[in-house]
Amino acid sequence: MNGQTLSLRRRVYNRGMRALVWLSAGLTCALLVFLIGYIFCRGIPGLTWELLSGQTSYIKNTIGILPNILNTLYIILVAMVIVLPLGVGAAIYLTEYAENRRLVSLIEFAAETLTGIPSIIFGLVGMLFFVQKMNLQAGVLAGGLTLVVMILPTILRTTQESLKTVPQSYREGALGLGAGKWRMVRTVVLPNAIDGIVTGCILAVGRIVGESAALLYTAGFGLVLNDFFTALHSSSATLTVALYVYANERGETAVAFSIATILMLLTLLINLSAVFLGRKLKKN
Amino acid sequence: MDSDAILTAVNAVESITNSPHTPERSSYRARKTVEQIIHLIFLLCGIVAVAFVLLISIYLILSGLPAIRQIGLVQFLLGKVWDPTNTTTGAQYGILPFILTSVYGTAGAIVIGVPVGLLTAVFLAKVAPPKLAAVIRTAVQLLAGIPSVVYGLVGMIVLVPAIRNLFRLSSGACLLAAMLVLAIMILPSIINVSETALRAVPKEYEEASLALGAAEMETYFRVSVHAARSGIAAAVVLGVGRAIGEAMAIILVAGNVSNMPGLFTPVRFLTTGIISGMAYASVGSLYQQALYSIGLVLFLFIMLINVFLNVCVKNRKEG
Repeated sequence: MNGQTLSLRRRVYNRGMRALVWLSAGLTCALLVFLIGYIFCRGIPGLTWELLSGQTSYIKNTIGILPNILNTLYIILVAMVIVLPLGVGAAIYLTEYAENRRLVSLIEFAAETLTGIPSIIFGLVGMLFFVQKMNLQAGVLAGGLTLVVMILPTILRTTQESLKTVPQSYREGALGLGAGKWRMVRTVVLPNAIDGIVTGCILAVGRIVGESAALLYTAGFGLVLNDFFTALHSSSATLTVALYVYANERGETAVAFSIATILMLLTLLINLSAVFLGRKLKKN
Repeated sequence: MDSDAILTAVNAVESITNSPHTPERSSYRARKTVEQIIHLIFLLCGIVAVAFVLLISIYLILSGLPAIRQIGLVQFLLGKVWDPTNTTTGAQYGILPFILTSVYGTAGAIVIGVPVGLLTAVFLAKVAPPKLAAVIRTAVQLLAGIPSVVYGLVGMIVLVPAIRNLFRLSSGACLLAAMLVLAIMILPSIINVSETALRAVPKEYEEASLALGAAEMETYFRVSVHAARSGIAAAVVLGVGRAIGEAMAIILVAGNVSNMPGLFTPVRFLTTGIISGMAYASVGSLYQQALYSIGLVLFLFIMLINVFLNVCVKNRKEG
């Protein structure tokens, strides 16, 4: 508009900054496209049925990642079953029950602190406490419990946000008609906050699927196929840990890329469904 | 909305009246006890988060201190040699190389990642057409969701050979490779937090600047970025926290040798030092306890960063 009246220096600044801004955004997108493209190109050729349905054996000289797929599912199951009631309960306490503001800010501060702690620290403490102190073998149970500590703030935060969006009039209506507090929470508040809780769960599952540092020494490196109850107490590598083992210790780059492809597909699926749900949530 | 409220409330009451309880005094008392028990259960759920933080702090301090006491604090923090398995001249436990590597690596990641992230945030918040912005925002979210080992794998296969060929090194696994991977990994959090801060800048500021004759880009970078500076500072601090705590992405690209850091030398970070040491240290040995001490040092770094972050956020609320 006033491009003609600006001095040359300002025009150069303006054009230059505009170019840089577009370039940076382009770079960010290009990075994602490159990552997805490269991983799929290297990984998809190796994604055979034998790889997906078999297990690694030195004797037969085969590599299969079925145990790792199952271990990932087991860990998701264990962690979510424990963390879901805990996180939702804590959020309900903070939004519906708590009267002591100091306690509320203490709990919120604790959750915030947990968010900032890197996963390697969770792994270290998980190993110290669950594996060594409580004498659980490194396995799905110890790994799952470690992840509970890690993802509690995710569930707590998202549930709390969605509980806050439930209109106060709903609560007043229920209480006014004689419902007890617990009945109000159960029949009025929670059903109206379910979308947010589901989104929180999806995000939490995403973090579990992508987690590795916290699981190395709590869930272990085992590549053997186990049923659920054996896996609880025996070393079981999830997909991410298996990727690390194959890439770092075995030098099986092709297998590592195939696992990376699966992880990328899961990440895409999980994130897109969270975005989709989030949008639906906003519309409502 | 109000009719909705009444409907849900009516449902709630119907389920009360349909329940087998008769409104007698004893049942009222029972209901009250139930309410109190439920209150207590939710309180316990809330306390759990606090308990977790205490558990982590106490365990790290308790298991981190013995080794520091045995080695000596100065010797441990400022010793330049980490060689716990040397049996001829005696084991040495100096973690200065790890600390410096983590600090340099994080600084490098910030230097590379923050400009790109901030420019992208300005693009998303101010420049981009809404539809394009939505697409890029999804892309950023996906970047954030990619597991860190996957970044490590791609770094190991693509970045490390590229650096080796470009600078004619014997091995490309070095601090520079780790810096680049970390820069990519902190991008999403820097973009997200800065964008939120930039969006919160009052429109009047920009309108005033434009009305005074400043061009669009001058307005965004000299007014909007300036007004959002505490939010952007929070983004940078968050990025520092992410970078210093990252382990799995860089263990595959950093070379994993406990050298003093140099741009092209293979190095070990605090995080990767713990991971690679844990595979060799036998349970209960001084070696393993020293690894816990590294964990404690890392934890203290993170806590320090959290305090900074809180200060940033508070400033933003006040300012």
